[in-house]
Amino acid sequence: MAQYLLKRIAAAIPVMLIVAVVVFLMLRLTPADPAAIIAGDFANDQQIAEIRQKLGLDQPMVTQFARWIGNMGKGDFGESFFYKKKVADLIIERMEPTLALSLLTIVLTVLIAVPLGTLAAYKQGGWIDRIVMGFSVLGFSIPVFVVGYLLIYVFAIRLDWFPVQGYQYISQGIGGWLLRLILPALTLSIVFVALIARMTRTSVLEVLHEDYIRTARAKGQSELKVLVRHALANAAVPILTVIGLTFATLIGGVVVTESVYTLPGLGLLTVDAVLARDYPTIQAVILLFSLAYVLVNLAVDVAYTLFDPRIRY
Amino acid sequence: MALTDATPLRSRPSIWAQLARSTSVLIGGFLVVTMLVMGLLAPMLGTRDPAEINPSVRNKTPGYEATIRDDEGKKIPVAYRFGTDSLGRDVYSRVIYGARVSLAVGLTVSVISIAIGLLIGLVAGYVRWLDGIIMRFMDGLMAIPAILLAIGLVSVFRAGLFAVIAAIVVPEVPRVVRLVRSIVLSIREEPYVESAITVGTPTPTLVVRHVLPNTIAPLIVQGTFICAAAILIEAILSFLGIGIPPEIPTWGNIMAEGRTYFRIFPHNILYPGAFLALTVLGVNMLGDGLRDVLDPKMERRF
Repeated sequence: MAQYLLKRIAAAIPVMLIVAVVVFLMLRLTPADPAAIIAGDFANDQQIAEIRQKLGLDQPMVTQFARWIGNMGKGDFGESFFYKKKVADLIIERMEPTLALSLLTIVLTVLIAVPLGTLAAYKQGGWIDRIVMGFSVLGFSIPVFVVGYLLIYVFAIRLDWFPVQGYQYISQGIGGWLLRLILPALTLSIVFVALIARMTRTSVLEVLHEDYIRTARAKGQSELKVLVRHALANAAVPILTVIGLTFATLIGGVVVTESVYTLPGLGLLTVDAVLARDYPTIQAVILLFSLAYVLVNLAVDVAYTLFDPRIRY
Repeated sequence: MALTDATPLRSRPSIWAQLARSTSVLIGGFLVVTMLVMGLLAPMLGTRDPAEINPSVRNKTPGYEATIRDDEGKKIPVAYRFGTDSLGRDVYSRVIYGARVSLAVGLTVSVISIAIGLLIGLVAGYVRWLDGIIMRFMDGLMAIPAILLAIGLVSVFRAGLFAVIAAIVVPEVPRVVRLVRSIVLSIREEPYVESAITVGTPTPTLVVRHVLPNTIAPLIVQGTFICAAAILIEAILSFLGIGIPPEIPTWGNIMAEGRTYFRIFPHNILYPGAFLALTVLGVNMLGDGLRDVLDPKMERRF
């Protein structure tokens, strides 16, 4: 197990390195001079030359890359040109709304999708099943921001149950925090409920025909226990895989949802950084999100072995 | 078909017959064709110039009727079916013309991604020493969430239609490469290909005669899903204000323009949103149906 873990981590390192190369090259491969881009439209030649020297852009690419990576290893992500702050500090400031939104979305998705998918499989061909199957294509196709505005229109404007937009930090009171997060999290969940309910249905269906399910029923176990203890527990591996695979979609969704609901998180920061051409911030956020994606999939792989002792590496 | 049928070895119905019987293909195809026709015939559907600004009819709700003066000073009655935006542009015309950009982006991105991905995938599958390097690089690209990669690329390029297309193509290429490479690797093991190698068929002939035909069905299916993803990402980029320049009517741009006054005039977002959702739904359903018929083993991509 420990050996497998080490192997898996070792395999993730080159992937991250290539992500770093791509993000690094993104700025260098443009026909334009990165120093000129960074300096902005109103800089004179001397300012551009200063920036070039300060960032080491006059040195060979490999040296630049090594220095960039080395600095990040020390927690130095450079300085934001737009916010005039250290990028690392900026990211920490903006972390809370993003983490809160992502976690609440995952919790909400699992709470809705797993029971729905299990029921759909249990009563195959029933009305829940038909809704789940029909909804799964629909949920995948409706753009997150369209869902967001629909929910705002119905629940915030028409019914006036929730505030329209904005965020309240958790330190200012949990009630207000949750009230402002429910609509965004629900918005983002819709896509994933569709996907994960469908996946849960498929994997539970597969398991339901196994011998041990019949055995469990034969020994007189209640249907609920059969479904939860025997069917769902064994169907957990594919469900986990989908959660891992869709994590990239979740990150994309977070960026859009934060813009729709003006939550001051990393997603909104990314969009603002792009509009301001604030490259150090863009680079850092892309790297961070990619790292999160790689780590989540690593965690999912490791979790396999916990859920399914048969998988040995 | 009765069990007593005298010809038990009936051949499978043709692909076209199977497609015509699939509900997903029919509904999806209908939606896509409708949007396509709508976009192409946009000038004939009672639309006005989608870029025409008219300050006297700003922020009107759907169904508003007005008499405006044209360039020669003649008074003409105009009905704004979907209302107007905050510059007084006709939302109906903008939505109809918006179909053109969305579908063009979707089609262009899928064709370019497949062309590039096919080429790289074939190289990876055939040139052993390049395989490792190419695939590690593709893994790295795929580790960056598609929307973020597109956002990052858009920030580097000069804003415009081609920048957006390029920014969406890059994240999609690795998925095609992976698919093509896996097809090449499995085809190489097939007995008929092995025999072809044994009798000394040159590699180019082998690729054209045996490998390429096997990639067609999966690539059509993949291309449909890429098209759906591209339409979505283009709309997201434009909506965030970092995509296609705002003067071009796209569904994302119309929605971006409508954000400010959404509380009072939701039609600016709801109409283009509905058309966008229906289009993506249509393309996805078409893809699902095509997959079931052409390539049943393939998994849905995320």
